[in-house]
Amino acid sequence: MTEKYWEEEIETMSRADLEKLQLERLKKTVAHASNSPFYKKLFAEKGLSADSIKTLDDLKKFPFTTKEDLRNNYPFGLAAVPMEDIVRLHSSSGTTGNPTVVLHTKNDLDAWANQVARCMYMVGVRKSDVFQNTSGYGMFTGGLGYQYGAELLGCLTVPAAAGNSKRQIKFIRDFGTTVLHTIPSYATRLAEVFQEEGLDPRKDSKLKIMCVGAEPHSEEQRKRIEELLGLKAYNCFGMSEMNGPGVAFECQEQNGLHIWEDMVIVEIINPETLEPVKDGEVGEMVLTTLRREAMPLIRYRTRDLTSFMPGECPCGRTHRRISRIKGRSDDMMIVKGVNIFPIQIERILMNFKELGMNYLITIDTVGNNDEMLVEVELGDLHTDDFTKLQSLTKEITRQLKDEILLTPKVKLVEKGSLPVSEGKAVRVKDLRKNH
Amino acid sequence: MTINQISIFLENKFGRLNEILSFLSKENIRVITATVADTSDYGILRLITSNQIKALQLLKENGVSANLNTVLAISVDSSIGKFAETIQCFTKAGISIEYMYCFSINQKAILVLRTNNIDAAHEVIRRYGMNNLSEAELNNL
Repeated sequence: MTEKYWEEEIETMSRADLEKLQLERLKKTVAHASNSPFYKKLFAEKGLSADSIKTLDDLKKFPFTTKEDLRNNYPFGLAAVPMEDIVRLHSSSGTTGNPTVVLHTKNDLDAWANQVARCMYMVGVRKSDVFQNTSGYGMFTGGLGYQYGAELLGCLTVPAAAGNSKRQIKFIRDFGTTVLHTIPSYATRLAEVFQEEGLDPRKDSKLKIMCVGAEPHSEEQRKRIEELLGLKAYNCFGMSEMNGPGVAFECQEQNGLHIWEDMVIVEIINPETLEPVKDGEVGEMVLTTLRREAMPLIRYRTRDLTSFMPGECPCGRTHRRISRIKGRSDDMMIVKGVNIFPIQIERILMNFKELGMNYLITIDTVGNNDEMLVEVELGDLHTDDFTKLQSLTKEITRQLKDEILLTPKVKLVEKGSLPVSEGKAVRVKDLRKNH
Repeated sequence: MTINQISIFLENKFGRLNEILSFLSKENIRVITATVADTSDYGILRLITSNQIKALQLLKENGVSANLNTVLAISVDSSIGKFAETIQCFTKAGISIEYMYCFSINQKAILVLRTNNIDAAHEVIRRYGMNNLSEAELNNL
């Protein structure tokens, strides 16, 4: 540990050394993966083994692993160690079909905690900080993942868990919380409750850092969170299949997320052609674990869309940066033949100070046409003049049309009236029969 | 003089008006007058209560989108032609009425109105000697 880095040697390793380390770990991973029933069968069918790997490029010989594979081999088909060595499992919600399960050995949990600590240290969290986690605990990895990371770092850690905003604020004030982890939609909810309680987070709290994750969010939303709460907000990326939080994280430059390449090999592919995209081009991220014991994953298709950011980061870390997540390839809506991502709509909405943070996009068939309804919560009422409310609606509609090339119906709704689950906010409802 | 009015953004949703009014009644706040103006998607509920500051705070605590704005309250005799006569004074002075509602109590009609020019409206009130009510007077009617 140095003043700036949690693990300087790894974080600032030369690219050549990093790739050497990756190759070494990839060979081990492939050899070890063949202990799982799923990969044993797959490798035998394709005639692949650890010997197939001579260079990092040889990874391309291996087929992709998908969420479907995880579901079809539910619950233990991808376990690469004896069951008695597995100490924890996390599971996705499974709202569509079988849930997916991710298994961990003791070493896996230690490596994960270290990865989260590395991320938190990077954004300036230190032993003297008080860290409050507003994630749901239990199966959702944002709870225990951050808990162990923050404890390893040495923070006083408050496992407040999700919900009960008044109590969260009481904790923030009573315990002197300096660092908070939330999902973006909850960050703004907290800001509202501060206001409702007649409190100013800048004066009435010690908050200075916020780790914001679990939902893709826009730069505009980050700026609003920072303004509302008077702190620095850092974007973090994680997914339960890759442990959970800590896979990639912004540094203090706030310009792209460093993805830890000693832990994963990153590819970004065109989801249609499955070929790699150029640096800077958006595609689907594909990850191969390099340290996982209980459940190694080879070329796992994350469905998350991002791009590599070219160039070196002034922070000195050599691990490549990815752009903030643009959405999931499954999130893409095709409406009247136009490809639209919810994040495009969010970016526009966040520019209106009159609006709150929550919105819901509903697509439905009316007659033979697809129609899009965008409901957005109003903030505090800024006027009691109908004309002004109507021109606000018109202006939102105009700007959305410029962005997504079709005209949605925009409806203002009351603050707090759109569904916010304790896990993730519901952003899109597709009611079309043929979807 | 002006009085405080609370404006509330109201979605067209079953039971919402009832819900908002019960926040107030539970805390012993009396509604002096209220009106709802609506479009197909939403409405604005305008309220004058016995304790505007407390009412606003209560509503905000309950997550209601609300704000405070100022309107004029004028008391006129509840007889034929009085209403028309009063409005005419504003029209003659070139003042537009943005919205208005009225209620009647003890043979008096109370007009609550918002104009496009509050200073000019006060001038009209003074010139014609209209009975312009304060919040306290309204509360004691």
